[in-house]
Amino acid sequence: MTDSNQTTRSVKHATFTIERTYAAAPARVFAALSTKEAKGKWFGGPAEWTRGKWELDFRVGGREVSAAGPPGGPEHIFVAQYLDIVENARIIYAYDMFEGEKKLSVSLATFELAPAGKETRLTLTEHGAFLDGHEDPAQREHGTRWLLEKLGETL
Amino acid sequence: MLNKQANGNAARAALDRVFQALADPTRRVMVERLSRGPASVSELAEPFEMSLPSIVQHLQVLEASGLIRSEKVGRVRTCQIGAKALGNAERWISERRATWERRLDRLGDYLQVTDPERPHKKTTSRRKP
Repeated sequence: MTDSNQTTRSVKHATFTIERTYAAAPARVFAALSTKEAKGKWFGGPAEWTRGKWELDFRVGGREVSAAGPPGGPEHIFVAQYLDIVENARIIYAYDMFEGEKKLSVSLATFELAPAGKETRLTLTEHGAFLDGHEDPAQREHGTRWLLEKLGETL
Repeated sequence: MLNKQANGNAARAALDRVFQALADPTRRVMVERLSRGPASVSELAEPFEMSLPSIVQHLQVLEASGLIRSEKVGRVRTCQIGAKALGNAERWISERRATWERRLDRLGDYLQVTDPERPHKKTTSRRKP
């Protein structure tokens, strides 16, 4: 639940794509994305983070919950629901990101696997809605925000 | 209260540096160029008929303002846009992207270590810097 007392309401949308080619058959890459044991080996935050709750129910409609955070810092919680699964070829899920109680973003993540010879090309596309941008209050002073946004638009 | 005021003054000083940095047309061109991606000092110098020390001086003003940051690798100094020049959404995207880049590198390591065709090879993790 987002804080209803918050004064600034905003949504920013963004999309990005990352590609990787792995020396492994699509079935192995798919297994690493979809089984709890394998996914635990690579998914998650930086190594020094403490791992909290973790659930993975890999089926359409199933949920994944993964919580982790820096020592002494707020827990980052990922809550996903699987929307589309094509074995060895595609996985789509929607997810929320929380920092403590605060919802930071809502995203749609798509993994596409394509065989490339003996290798597999993985394409991750993320469409995100970034909520109520948690701003450094100092940036709001004297119209800096406007300036920063203008600069941001040129990216 | 005092603390708040001190923060306010520091924020204003930081803001002054940003505006001062952007008051100069050469520096604006540099920021615009870097907003499209990182560049070396010599690449940034290219469009200007200006001595290298003058170019470096402009870059120092930009770096002090937080609008850009630079890093020396070997003999080449590379500049990139700094956090102050990014809106919150852009910062969020670059953080999300960086998280995924790290994860997908770890996935690559995992796939390599668990490769059934190389059961004897205990590969050490190979990660991009």
